[in-house]
Amino acid sequence: MSQSKTTSIMDARILIPAIGDAFRKLNPKTLARNPVMFVVAVVSALTTVLLVRDLIAGGGNIGFSFQIVIWLWFTVLFANFAEAVAEGRGKAQAESLRRTRTETQAKLLKGDDIRNVKIVPGTSLKVGDVVLVEAGDIIPSDGEVIEGVASVNEAAITGESAPVIRESGGDRSAVTGGTQVLSDWIRVRITAASGSTFIDRMIALVEGAERLKTPNEIALNILLAGMTLIFVLATATIPSFATYAGGYIPGLILVALFVTLIPTTIGALLSAIGIAGMDRLVRFNVLAMSGRAVEAAGDVDTLLLDKTGTITLGNRQATEFKPVRGVSEQELADAAQLASLADETPEGRSIVVLAKERYGIRARDMGSLHAHFVPFTAQSRMSGVDFDGSSIRKGAVDAVLQHVDRTTVAAGNGTASVVVREPQAIRELQAIAAEIAKAGGTPLAVVKDSRLLGVVHLKDIVKGGIKERFAELRRMGIRTVMITGDNPMTAAAIAAEAGVDDFLAQATPENKLSLIREEQAKGKLVAMCGDGTNDAPALAQADVGVAMNTGTVAAREAGNMVDLDSDPTKLIEIVEIGKQLLMTRGALTTFSIANDVAKYFAIIPAMFLAFYPQLGALNIMGLKTPESAILSAIIFNALIIVALIPLSLKGVKYRPIGAGALLSRNLLIYGLGGIIVPFIGIKVIDVAITTLGLA
Amino acid sequence: MTINGWIQILVFCGIVTVLVKPLGGYMTRVFNGERTLLSWIFGPVERGLYAIAGTSEREEQHWTTYTAALLFFNLAGFLLLYILQRLQGALPFNPAGMAAVPPELAFNTAASFMTNTNWQNYGGESTMSYLVQMAGLTVQNFVSAATGVAIAVALIRGFSRASVKSIGNFWVDLTRATLYVLLPLCVVLTLVYVYLGMPQTLDAYVEATTLEGVRQTIAVGPVASQVAIKMLGTNGGGFFNANAAHPFENPDAISNLIQMVSIFAIGAALTNVFGRMVGNQRQGGAIFATMGVLFLAGVVVCYWAEAAGNPLVHALGLEGGNMEGKEVRFGISLSALFAVITTAASCGAVNAMHDSFTALGGLIPLINMELGEIIVGGVGAGFYGILLFVVLAIFVAGLMVGRTPEYLGKKIEAKEVKMAVLAILCLPLAMLVLTAIAVLLPHAVASIANPGPHGFSEILYAYTSAAANNGSAFGGLTGNTTWYNITLGIAMLMGRFLVIIPALAIAGSLVAKKTVPASAGTFPTDGALFVGLLSGVILIVGGLTFFPALAVGPIVEHLAMLLGQTF
Repeated sequence: MSQSKTTSIMDARILIPAIGDAFRKLNPKTLARNPVMFVVAVVSALTTVLLVRDLIAGGGNIGFSFQIVIWLWFTVLFANFAEAVAEGRGKAQAESLRRTRTETQAKLLKGDDIRNVKIVPGTSLKVGDVVLVEAGDIIPSDGEVIEGVASVNEAAITGESAPVIRESGGDRSAVTGGTQVLSDWIRVRITAASGSTFIDRMIALVEGAERLKTPNEIALNILLAGMTLIFVLATATIPSFATYAGGYIPGLILVALFVTLIPTTIGALLSAIGIAGMDRLVRFNVLAMSGRAVEAAGDVDTLLLDKTGTITLGNRQATEFKPVRGVSEQELADAAQLASLADETPEGRSIVVLAKERYGIRARDMGSLHAHFVPFTAQSRMSGVDFDGSSIRKGAVDAVLQHVDRTTVAAGNGTASVVVREPQAIRELQAIAAEIAKAGGTPLAVVKDSRLLGVVHLKDIVKGGIKERFAELRRMGIRTVMITGDNPMTAAAIAAEAGVDDFLAQATPENKLSLIREEQAKGKLVAMCGDGTNDAPALAQADVGVAMNTGTVAAREAGNMVDLDSDPTKLIEIVEIGKQLLMTRGALTTFSIANDVAKYFAIIPAMFLAFYPQLGALNIMGLKTPESAILSAIIFNALIIVALIPLSLKGVKYRPIGAGALLSRNLLIYGLGGIIVPFIGIKVIDVAITTLGLA
Repeated sequence: MTINGWIQILVFCGIVTVLVKPLGGYMTRVFNGERTLLSWIFGPVERGLYAIAGTSEREEQHWTTYTAALLFFNLAGFLLLYILQRLQGALPFNPAGMAAVPPELAFNTAASFMTNTNWQNYGGESTMSYLVQMAGLTVQNFVSAATGVAIAVALIRGFSRASVKSIGNFWVDLTRATLYVLLPLCVVLTLVYVYLGMPQTLDAYVEATTLEGVRQTIAVGPVASQVAIKMLGTNGGGFFNANAAHPFENPDAISNLIQMVSIFAIGAALTNVFGRMVGNQRQGGAIFATMGVLFLAGVVVCYWAEAAGNPLVHALGLEGGNMEGKEVRFGISLSALFAVITTAASCGAVNAMHDSFTALGGLIPLINMELGEIIVGGVGAGFYGILLFVVLAIFVAGLMVGRTPEYLGKKIEAKEVKMAVLAILCLPLAMLVLTAIAVLLPHAVASIANPGPHGFSEILYAYTSAAANNGSAFGGLTGNTTWYNITLGIAMLMGRFLVIIPALAIAGSLVAKKTVPASAGTFPTDGALFVGLLSGVILIVGGLTFFPALAVGPIVEHLAMLLGQTF
C-alpha cells in the first residue's frame, strides 16, 4: 500500500473487469441509487421497445433510430463503467489487504497464567478475550496490549517494513489483526470481533461497499433530480407546441433532446468521484471511517497541530554552549560532552555532536576514564557522570541549582569560596536560561562538582518548509493552532518562528477540548490529530480527528480517520484531498449544465426543421443534416462521460490561491469551457459521422 | 436608437440607483423596529393594531407559524375580494350601477390581486364599482405588496440571524411594510399625480359633448391614489383598461418617469436592506449589480429591436422604428424601457401594447418573466426570488472552491437546495404545462387574435405573466373566458405560493444555523465574480428551461420576419 504500488488510471487489469461490471450494474436496483442515470436507463428501455416495434411493423428510419438507441444505452453503460473503474481501483487494494487476513490460530488465555493456553481459530474470538501472541505469531484480531513488549511487523497495513514496538500502557498499546509479532511476547485483549476488525473495515471502505452518500452528495443529487424534472417539463411540453404548429415530433428525438439536456455528465461520474476521493486518502495511507469525514476535511477552518513531530523535529538539539563568566566555552563543552557520552537520548547525542563539530572534542572511552554514568530519573531530573571523584551533572536549571545547594551543604563550611562566588554565578546562569527560554529554546544547566559552568542551549528545530506550508494554509483560509506543553514564552517564540497563527501553551487534555469547543461555537470546523488515550475526548469532539496508527485503541476509536504512517503533517494533505473532492463535484456539475447551451443549438433547429424551417438559422454549428445533428449531440453526451473519467478519478487540482482566484479559474475552465467544448465536439462528431455515412 | 432615448434611460437608472441607499436605510430601521421619522404618527397606530390582533412586536414566530399566518391572511383577503365583487350591485359607492361580477371572473380577479399579479380579464371602468376598486382591489394592492416585503425581510433574517428559531412576526412585518413604507410614499405620490393632472374623485363619470356634437362618457374616479400603489407595490392593475397608456393614468413624460422609478424603488432598496441587515452593504450591492446587468441587457435588446423596426415596413418606404401600439408622448425609448421595467419587476402595468412589439422586442418581456421576475422584481417577491437563484448558484459553483457551499456564513445544504429547486420548478410547471394544454384545446386557441407563432406567444405570454405574478398582458388574447379565468387564476396561485412556502422554509432552516466566519477560503460574494456567476446561472438555468418554447414562439417569428413572413 505504499505510494509506489499506486495503480495507474488506465490499467488494463482494472479496465477489463470494469467492462463486465458496467453490464452487471444495469440491474435496476443498482441503477436506482442514481436518479439521473436511472431516468436515462428507463427512457433507453422505452426507446428500445419503440425500435423493436418499428422493426416488426417496418417504417421509420430504422438505421437512425438504431444508432440513437445504441448511444442511449452507451450513456448508461459509460456511467456504470466509470463507477466500476473507481471501484476496481479500490478492489485492487482490497485484494492485497485480504491476503493478510488469512485464517489464524489464536492462543486463548484462561485466567492470568500464561501457560494455560487453548488453541482456537482466530475467527471464534470475542471482544474481551485475552490471547497470547509470541514471536512469529500473527496477531489474530485487533486488540490492546495489556502485558509485555514486542516488536511487530505492520507492513501488511502500512507498507513500512521496519518493525514497530508495541507495549502495554502508554500510547503504543494498539495492535492490528493480521500483523506479525517478530520478537518477544505480548498479552492482548481483543477489541474487535472477526469481521469488524480494522482490516475488514479497510477492505469494505476501499471496495466502496460501505459507501453511504455524504451530505453534499445528497444535496447535489437533489439538485440533479430537480434539473432532470425541469427538463422533463421543458421537453414533455414540446409535442403539444408542435401539434399547435401543425407538426409532429417523433418520440425518439424528444428522448434524445431530454437525455442530452439532463445533467448526465455529473450524474454518471458522481459516485466515481466519491469513491476516488476515498481511494486517494487510502493511497495516502489514511483511512477515513466515513465519506462524511473526508468532506468535512475540505471544510476545516482550524487545524490543531501538535508541536512535537509536526511543527518541530521530534527532538531538541544542542546549538550553543553558554558559559558563565570565568568559564571558557571549551571547558563547558568538554564537561557537557563527558556528561553526555553515555546518554543515549537524542538531546544527549546532539551535545556530543555539537562539542565535536564546534570544539573538536572527540568522544572518549568511558571505561578508560573509570567513569560511571548516572542516568536521568524523574526524581533528580538530571543525568551525568561520576569519575575520579568528581561529578558532572546536566539538567533543568532549577534541578541543577538544587543539586548545587545540596552539595555545598554536604561539603560543610570549609569551602567558603564557593559560597561567596555562588550568588553571582546563579544570577548569571538564571539570566542566560531566561534568555534561551525567551528565544524558544530549552536551557540545560551544567555543573561540575559544585561549580556552575554554564548552560547548553537546546533548541526546538522547526521543520524545513513548514512555514511555507502554514502560509499556504492561511491562503486556503485555514487557521493553524500549535498545541504544546511548553510554557507560553517558549511556545510564543516557536509559534513565531514556525509561522502558526496561534498557539495553546501548557496544553492539557481539558484545555485542548475546550479550545475545540470554543472554535466550534464560533461556527468553525476543527481538525486535529492525536495518539494518546488522553487525546480521545478531543479527537471525538473535533470535526476531523486523525488518530495515529501507533496510538492507543481509545484514540483510534475516537477519531474518524486513522493515519497508518502516523505522520501528523498529513492533516494538511487530508484537507487538500477533502477540498479536491468537493471541487471535482462542483467543476463537473458546472461543466454538465454549461454543456446544455450547445446541445440546444444542435437539436432545436433539427427538431423543428420540418415545420419551422426558419429555425435553421439557429444551426450555428452548420451541422449537415437533422439526423446527424441529433446523433452528434447524443454521441458527444455519451463520450464526454468516458473522456472525463480520468479527471473524476484524479480530481481537480487544488491550488491555494484564495477562494476568489480559484473560483474564477475554475469558472473559466469548467463554466466557459463547458459552454465552448461541446460546440467543437459536436461539430467534429458531425463531420465524422457524415463522412462515414452514418447519418 | 437615439442619444435622447439613451439619456432618458440613463436618467431613470441614475435615479433608481441614488434612491437605493436612503430608502434601504430607512426600511432597515423600520423592519428592525428602530425609531424613524414617522414613528410619532404611526407608533400608536401600530401598537393599537397589534393589541387588536392580539400580538406584539416582541412576539416572534417560527417559520411554520409565520407561513400559516401569511396563508391565513391571504385566504381571508381572497374571500373578501371575491365576495365584494359578487355583491357589488347591492353595495354602496357604485354610481355607474355595475352588476355583480361573474363567478369565474371574480375568482380570477381575486386570485390576481391577492397574489400581486393584477392580471385583469376585465376593463376596470366598465366592470368594477368604486367600492370594489378602493376597498377590494386597492386594499389588496397594499397588502399583497406588504406580504411580499414581509417574506423578503423574513428570508433576510434567515441570513442575518444565527442559531435561533424565529424569523420575525408576520403581522408586525406586514403592518410595518404597509404603514411605514407603502402608505406614506403613496400619499406623496398621489398628490404629485393629482398635480400632474390625474383625476381623483368619487363623483360619477363625466358627460361631455364633443366638437362633432356627439355625447361621450368620460370615465374618472379615484385614479391618482390607485396609480400610486399600483406602481409602488408593483401591482400593475390599472384603473382603466388601457392602463398606463391612458392619458388619465399617465399624462406625460414626467408622470411616466415617476411611475417607472416607483416600480423599481422598493425592490431595488431591498437589496440594500439585505446588505445592511447582514452587516455588509456590498453584499446587497452585488445582488443589485446582478439585477442591473440583466436589466440593462434587456433594455439594450428591446430598445434596439423596437428602434430597428420591421424590415418589411421599411421595404414599403416607411422608415423608422416600430411605433405600432405605442403612445406618441412616450416614443420608442420610453415604451421599450417601460416594457422591460414592468416585466423585470412584477408590475405588469403597460404604457404600450406588448403585442405590437417586434418579435425580439416582445421576447425580452417574456424572458424577464420566465426568469421568475428577479430583476428587481415584485416588491419583496423579486428579492426572495433572486435569493433562490443565489442558493443554486452558490451550491453549484461554491463547491468549486473546495468547501461546502456557504453564503454569508450559512452553509447551503440539502434542505436549502431542495426548497430552491422546488420553488424554481414551479415556474415551468405553471408556464409551460398550462400553455401546452391550452394550445391543444380548440376553445382556448380560439381566444387568440393572430395565427401561427405570434398566437402561440400570446398564450405563452398569458400563462407566463400569470405564473410570474406579473399581470401584464401581451394583448390579442381574449382572456375573459371560463377556461382562461380559471387556469390563469391557478397559474397565479401556483406562481405565488409554491415559491413563498419554500422560500420561508429556507429562511426557517437558515436561521437555525450557525454563522461561519469568513476566511480566505470563503468564496467572496460581494464582487464582480459573483455578479457574473449569478447572472450566468440565472440565464442558463432559467433560460434553458424555456428555450424550446421561445424557439417556436418569438424566435421563429423573428426569423420568419427576416425572411418576409409575418403573422
